[in-house]
Amino acid sequence: MERTLKDLRLKENGKIIKINGSGPVKRRLMDMGVVRGTEVYVEKKAPLGDPIEVKIKGYSLTLRKEDAEKIIIE
Amino acid sequence: MAKSMTIALAGNPNSGKTTLFNALTGARHYVGNWPGVTVEKKEGKLTYKKHQFTAVDLPGTYSLSPYSIEEKIARNYIVNESPDVVVNIVDASNIERNLYLSMQLIELGKPVVIALNMMDVAERRGYKINHEKLSSLLGVPVVPIVATKKNGIDDLLDKVLDIINEKIIYEPKQVDYGKELEKKIEETIEMLKENPKASKYDLRWLALKVLEEDEEILDLLNLNTLNDEMAAAEEISLEDDIEALVADKKYNYITGILSKTVKKPTNYSLTTSDKIDKIVTNKWLGLPIFALIMYSVFYFTFDLVGNKFLDMIDIFFAETVSTWASNALETIGASEWLHSLIVDGIIGGVGGVLVFLPNIICLFLAISILEDSGYMARVAFIMDRAMRKIGLSGKAFIPMILGFGCNVPAIMGTRALEDEKDRLTAILVNPFMSCSARLPVYTLFAAAFFPKNEKIVVFSLYLLGIFVAIIMAFIFKKTLFKGETMPFVMELPPYKIPSIKGITVHVWERVKGFLIKAGTLIFGASMVLWFILGFNFSGPADLTESIGAYIGKIVAPIFAPLGFGNWAAALSLVTGILAKEVVVSNMSIIYGLAEDPSAAQFAVSLGQSFTQLTAYVFMVFVLLYTPCVGVIGVIKRETNSWKWTGFSILYQFVVAWLVAFLVFQIGTLFGF
Repeated sequence: MERTLKDLRLKENGKIIKINGSGPVKRRLMDMGVVRGTEVYVEKKAPLGDPIEVKIKGYSLTLRKEDAEKIIIE
Repeated sequence: MAKSMTIALAGNPNSGKTTLFNALTGARHYVGNWPGVTVEKKEGKLTYKKHQFTAVDLPGTYSLSPYSIEEKIARNYIVNESPDVVVNIVDASNIERNLYLSMQLIELGKPVVIALNMMDVAERRGYKINHEKLSSLLGVPVVPIVATKKNGIDDLLDKVLDIINEKIIYEPKQVDYGKELEKKIEETIEMLKENPKASKYDLRWLALKVLEEDEEILDLLNLNTLNDEMAAAEEISLEDDIEALVADKKYNYITGILSKTVKKPTNYSLTTSDKIDKIVTNKWLGLPIFALIMYSVFYFTFDLVGNKFLDMIDIFFAETVSTWASNALETIGASEWLHSLIVDGIIGGVGGVLVFLPNIICLFLAISILEDSGYMARVAFIMDRAMRKIGLSGKAFIPMILGFGCNVPAIMGTRALEDEKDRLTAILVNPFMSCSARLPVYTLFAAAFFPKNEKIVVFSLYLLGIFVAIIMAFIFKKTLFKGETMPFVMELPPYKIPSIKGITVHVWERVKGFLIKAGTLIFGASMVLWFILGFNFSGPADLTESIGAYIGKIVAPIFAPLGFGNWAAALSLVTGILAKEVVVSNMSIIYGLAEDPSAAQFAVSLGQSFTQLTAYVFMVFVLLYTPCVGVIGVIKRETNSWKWTGFSILYQFVVAWLVAFLVFQIGTLFGF
């Protein structure tokens, strides 16, 4: 089973190895620095449980769980 | 040199682009929309060392991919309008991601100067940036600045001039995309050399875009037919699609350069922003804090400040200006109809809408502070899950809530939504959020017809409005605005204290927009209404004999299936399009009551034509039907389209009629 960003626990680190899918969502993620080899840290969940907030390349990024599921983690 | 030169300002959102733009151009700037779209276009003039410059503020973007309107605008402007220099503002405290856009800008082939902003913040966080080395590794001038303190602006403009006067040879380094990809780029460049349309552009950039299968570029080069062949060649031996590979390599390249030029702090300590977020977006405290902030905004806008001024402005127009105009008109011997047109029609009509100006200013003041401080992004973060249920993003929440105050600023607030489909949906359903102008109608009707259950009746109307808005948003997203929308992948920028200047500019630009555009429409509509309510075909007439009454009699049958097919109700609804609260005052006039009747008087007079049920149905109709001219004006302004404006006018009428019909029929069935 591949591990995705969605599977990371709170305050856990991971290294990105691939983004699945294509089109605007993937492109947007890459533009925001979600690319292969980058460390990502899960900061918190929104009060309603979704989206999540991660630290990547030294800044805070928020994304929905359905999109986090496309990001494969080592 | 007498020729004016053009500087294009590009950069990430939250990188201080607006601050730099204001620092460069001062107050001398012009705000409009980019042709055909509703993305703000700002332009300003500046003079430096006797040179004239025009600065164009491009939309803030993270990238130049062709997926969002902002990114297309920025890219097309640089490629097609050929500014003399592109000034790329880079947030030094977030340099890695910011440089990604820089690399894309450099690839476009136009001279780029990097303004390394927020050096102070970066240093405070422990970053040490060797900007000279950075400049030599990128092959692009890099000037450290602090835009908020106007530090380094002259150095920046010196570099711009050096490039224009060719004192610096501009030779940017290229990203190395690796053997395989570079080979493909070479091949594509060779192929493009034979394409006559390609000669205007930077070939390496075009080649990259062709390989990434950028549709706009393929169209431009008429390459669609060639595509199959190339796509087949592409698949060989590449582990990911080219788009992903290009992004990977770019970031790798940036990481490489930064490892030689930036010393990162050894231990990451929590920034102030992180500490604030620990509380503000906390699992338990996040929602209560948000509710408290929303309540404060409302209290501030509508109770504390807004309504005090509201009365003042009302009195100012109704007494001071009217009296002054009356006297002036009498002195010059103006005829009675001109007197009436100016005093009752124009001053009354425009004044009636301008009374909302303080509310609008307050609301924008509050929104601007929330936006500039960085809290707005957190609202989207907190509310996204709830908003997604109706197919909208978390960013649409604030405009919806603001609608309870006044739909005009609320609709202007939808500018925060980057996706055009989301934005149109949010605009079209916004008027269902019951604005404060509709409240006087409910209060009087509820007091007259439901003396014991006023609160429940009024509350039920607010709920109905929300319910209809949700249903309609859902329907729109499933029909008119189907398809892929922008993903919710958003930066949570660090909190900062908003600057007074920034806020003032922000508020003024929005208020000015409302005054000018909505103002002209309201002005025209006031004159038309004055005419139809004061005249008939043989000359001046009483309200009951006017063209308006005549229209009321014609349209009344439309409302018969709703239970209130009398001309007085119909006419009040027609006039309510000027401003919703007018429905009450016009009904009072028609029934020969004082302008501010008591609930008891109102109940007696209207009792002949309304039952409890039809009174409720009437309120439902007032809640949902065609928005007032102020809102119509702002919808036109914000959608930039008469088609959507017309659609909004019509569909709301239809929705109002259908819902009112349902309520009436069901009510009758249950014997109310």
